[in-house]
Amino acid sequence: MEVYLDNSATTRCFDEVAQLMHKIMCEDYGNPSSMHHKGVEAEQYIRYAKETLARLLKVNEKEILFTSGGTEADNIALIGTAMANHRRGRHLITTRIEHPAILQPMAYLENQGFKVTYLPVDYEGRISLADLERAIRPDTILVSIMHTNNEIGTVEPIAEAGALIKRMNPQTLFHVDAVQGFGKFRIYPSKMQVDMLSVSGHKIHGPKGVGFLYIREGAKVNPIIYGGGQQKGMRSGTENVPGIAGLAKAAELVYENLDTDMDRMYELREMLIHGMEKIDDVRVNGCPGRQGAAHIVSLSVRGIRSEVLLHALEEKGIYVSAGSACASNKPQTSATLKAIGVERDLLDSTIRFSISVFTTVEEIQYTIQALEEIIPMLRRYVRH
Amino acid sequence: MFTAFLIKYAEIGVKGKNRYLFENALVQQIKYALKKCEGEFAVRKTDGRIYVDAVSEFDYEETVSGLAKVFGISGICPMVYVEDEGFEKLGETIVKYVDEVYPDKNKTFKVAARRARKNYPLNSMEMNVELGGIILDAYPQMRVDVHKPDIMLNVEVRDKIYIYSEIIPGPGGMPVGTGGKAMLLLSGGIDSPVAGWMIAKRGVKIDAVYFHAPPYTSERAKQKVVDLARKVAAYTGPIYLHVINFTDIQLYIYDKCPHDELTIIMRRYMMRIAEHIAKETECLGLITGESIGQVASQTMHSLMATNEVCELPVYRPLIGFDKMEIVDISEKIDTYETSIQPFEDCCTIFVAKHPVTKPNLNIIRKHEQHLEEKIEELVQAALDTDEVIIVR
Repeated sequence: MEVYLDNSATTRCFDEVAQLMHKIMCEDYGNPSSMHHKGVEAEQYIRYAKETLARLLKVNEKEILFTSGGTEADNIALIGTAMANHRRGRHLITTRIEHPAILQPMAYLENQGFKVTYLPVDYEGRISLADLERAIRPDTILVSIMHTNNEIGTVEPIAEAGALIKRMNPQTLFHVDAVQGFGKFRIYPSKMQVDMLSVSGHKIHGPKGVGFLYIREGAKVNPIIYGGGQQKGMRSGTENVPGIAGLAKAAELVYENLDTDMDRMYELREMLIHGMEKIDDVRVNGCPGRQGAAHIVSLSVRGIRSEVLLHALEEKGIYVSAGSACASNKPQTSATLKAIGVERDLLDSTIRFSISVFTTVEEIQYTIQALEEIIPMLRRYVRH
Repeated sequence: MFTAFLIKYAEIGVKGKNRYLFENALVQQIKYALKKCEGEFAVRKTDGRIYVDAVSEFDYEETVSGLAKVFGISGICPMVYVEDEGFEKLGETIVKYVDEVYPDKNKTFKVAARRARKNYPLNSMEMNVELGGIILDAYPQMRVDVHKPDIMLNVEVRDKIYIYSEIIPGPGGMPVGTGGKAMLLLSGGIDSPVAGWMIAKRGVKIDAVYFHAPPYTSERAKQKVVDLARKVAAYTGPIYLHVINFTDIQLYIYDKCPHDELTIIMRRYMMRIAEHIAKETECLGLITGESIGQVASQTMHSLMATNEVCELPVYRPLIGFDKMEIVDISEKIDTYETSIQPFEDCCTIFVAKHPVTKPNLNIIRKHEQHLEEKIEELVQAALDTDEVIIVR
């Protein structure tokens, strides 16, 4: 049995998405900037994609900027904002549990002379609004808070933070990294007073190499990539037409039955967490119930290195991730787990299960059963 | 400008009646190395020398670096062929050659002429003097130095006239395939690829065995070993890499034996298995990357304990090397970057905090008896997992 439970790293592409992309790559392959019919045809796909995504977020289609993925969207949001607003202020705020696609550009900006405040989180991974309130200054140009944490699934109080930021300093822009949250929650940037929002295609059963950044009209952001002036000069480079069309198609499909799918995924998550209660010395990280995302379960298993547990599960056909994905081939301890106060000897013993709309009850049962077998077996053999 | 290479080989030259065997092997290895280079080449053995002639356009840098990986080559001389169109024309050619190869004329030189074809109108001495004069006339900054010249300008009169002056060093050693075959115990570390490279340099063909311990070691650790084998294979030619699943043996030893002897006993089983495969594949010895005292399992006592289980000779070319010396070679042969990727190998996963450094053979043998019940069966099962990857 093959059980893919690493959907926070990436997801299987929907068949319809792949088919659409194949058609665009092999038949409607024009460059959207070309003046002839083939170009116009390609442009239609982009227009349709923008309309679709704008409708789902309840924003204006002019506010959608396509990128090469979540990381680029985050980079534009942070570096582009810093470059456009540095005369007004040089202070930024983010959290300690962001994805490296936020933390690394922040580190770069610190090197460029910007000041960054990193908000702490509680044991479930949630920021405190009081901390945020204290951190906002007259020269704060940007606050960036993730919607859903990629390692433990905790959902941050985005709407409350948005209201607070605008009350404290209406000039401060608010960016939300929604790579893990989009397609799991109904997110409406304008209601939440969010100025920018990053989304990635391959986390929602779309293609890799494409994503988008919502930028509220009027928000001052500079481009970080220059060239042929595509997308109104905000992001030069020939548009990734198959990727963009695929991303929008995937979003459309994910939203089709969003509420029932989420209910089902929450049940699977509960089932997995409940199954772990029978095993000694296993800790579930993050938020219980509906306060956490439906798709992520983070487990710390005392006495077993996460890499070993991961490979042992792999031998049974179950694919999970150690710590945080994307970069989890690098053995480094997770900032998120440290920030929520996971004990030192559990940091390297934490694995993440992430489910998707394709996950079944049988797969979760099989996984629980595998863990019941593997964990006691591996605990017999430990380093001395 | 260069269209050929004269291949210099050091040690083969002193061989006796079997010299041709070494030369033929070298020609084979050169042809193999050139297959990976852009362009067509002819490799010929004449007058007791080996020449590589380019018979099409070729990539000079790529060809030189390809040849520089062929064991047995001590020097590579890029060469120009000139048709014999009279001495005057030769003089012009030499002047042009010097200009192209040495833009900086502030150098000393010496002409070394040789005639394989004795009917050439000038003798060697006359050629040296005349050509030297022509060069001095053309480039007055240049000086003659017959003892230690910067440039040794070789001019050889054969079917054509050959001109060469540069010697690019080769790796030395002897052509792979002239010295039998040996089985390398390849881990993911820095030492074992270097050890394999050193033995291959003496003309030995290399196969390798890697002990894989899933789920304790990852697929990427295995890929790293394949990558290392590929780097070594750039010198040695194709390597048959045997991947053996060692997990059950390791866990069984962990269950039955004292933990501070784990590594030693594990190493003894690795040697046994490696030797078994070596004998089956007609290898004449084992190769390890051990160096005295580097880690607990490489003290004199430990080496004796692991050596004891083998009948075949175990070659340990790094035995007297310091870590830094090994690192230097691994950087030179381009295995270092790959070796330091952080994946666990099966030697490190269950290491005790204080492993024995002076194992007592009698005690080790006694503890191995605890394994009697199942070990034969597990060794056979491990041998059955042998996955052979041909690495080129």
